[in-house]
Amino acid sequence: MALRICLEFSGGAELLFNKTKKHEVTLPVCEKDWTIGSLLPWMRETMLKERPELFMQGNTVRPGILVLINDSDWELMGELDYSIKENDRIIFISTLHGG
Amino acid sequence: MPVKCAICDGSAILKRPKTGDALCKNCFYYAFEEEVHKTIIDARLFTHGETVAIGASGGKDSTVLAYVMKELNDRYNYGLDLVLLSVDEGITGYRDDSLETVKRNQMQYDLPLKIVSYEELYGWTMDAIVQQIGLKNNCTFCGVFRRQALDRGAMMLKVNKIVTGHNADDIAETVVMNVLRGDIGRLRRCTAITTGAEGSLPRCKPFKYTYEKEIVMYAYFKKLDYFSTECIYSPNAYRGFARAYIKDVEKIRPSAIIDIIHSGESLSVKTTVKMPVQGNCERCGYISSNAICKACVLLEGLNRGLPRLGIGKTHKERRKIEELSKEGNVNPPQSGAAERQPTSIQTPVLAMESLSLDRRKPDVSKLDF
Repeated sequence: MALRICLEFSGGAELLFNKTKKHEVTLPVCEKDWTIGSLLPWMRETMLKERPELFMQGNTVRPGILVLINDSDWELMGELDYSIKENDRIIFISTLHGG
Repeated sequence: MPVKCAICDGSAILKRPKTGDALCKNCFYYAFEEEVHKTIIDARLFTHGETVAIGASGGKDSTVLAYVMKELNDRYNYGLDLVLLSVDEGITGYRDDSLETVKRNQMQYDLPLKIVSYEELYGWTMDAIVQQIGLKNNCTFCGVFRRQALDRGAMMLKVNKIVTGHNADDIAETVVMNVLRGDIGRLRRCTAITTGAEGSLPRCKPFKYTYEKEIVMYAYFKKLDYFSTECIYSPNAYRGFARAYIKDVEKIRPSAIIDIIHSGESLSVKTTVKMPVQGNCERCGYISSNAICKACVLLEGLNRGLPRLGIGKTHKERRKIEELSKEGNVNPPQSGAAERQPTSIQTPVLAMESLSLDRRKPDVSKLDF
């Protein structure tokens, strides 16, 4: 079944995603469960318009970008291994911009 | 929710980079604020009755700093008069937007706000400077002018101290940059919690031990209003490199940030290393290690239509000023200035040799882990 989730970007990360802070997306049907680990390359292929190196490094987010899953630090949720569920809200906050 | 708060058994929302503890929202707020309070108390940053200017850019660090300073001042009765102080560099599409954020903060936190502009202090906006110099060395102007502008604004407000939002990541980054540049003078100073106490206004960094991740998380959960757009003029590439490096090592071992700061604090510089002598600028009186301060040299260049005058090595700069002074108008630097050795002349190799690590056991009690 396709999954509907909400992706949000702030702290400057939105600049890489069409300058839009909130994206409602539908993840297509997939044999395996969707995880953050499979979401990130999907985002890079379908949503990122330019300079993917500013968002990803290797198979994960670039260090300095914080990830929250339903308002919890992804470091408590298994990071890349977290299994995405319907209506999840995943937030990417860049800390790499000036303060 | 799988993970419990290490303190109260509630649902954890964050893993602390410094300690690895999982905390719930309220325990995180408490830990965050108490650590800043402990930093302030341990370093005796303030005295009852002082007026303190909060350097406010509208960005995440200074926004959280203003909020927490006000909170702690009320909670612990520091007895401080707090004011927001902002510098308007005159960058259309960047600073004008972020100043709107500061103006909202002024209302939200009910603090007085003073804005000083490059235009009123120097007669030049950054937009006008970029038209002259282009996009290559413009950050030199901005950095040199901002430091003075904050001090001058603070003097106009007759404050006792300035606090800035520099966080642990920023300081670790600066330590690494100064090592890479062999800038021993700055390397020695950059980990101090208070700087510039003699001659100019003291500046303190209450977030010296506060991780950027926690500042951003705090702002997010408290829904604080901050501005986050990169400056439209080219960002500082060298700092960007140090920044990415710090984030990479933090990913592998989060305590690396506090450890780099600790390394910086523990360094002792050999007495044989020549340090720049701090004096005062002959023109404007501002603290300077040269006869004429960098801001005055840069300004002279702009006003004479020679914007590159202050760009490059200090000794070349001095020669350029001497040449100009033959034509009149500029006071030549006094001969004493030639004996002062600016750090930029040292070669990186010499600088590395002249460093020695203090190998005594680290005093971890000074750090609030």
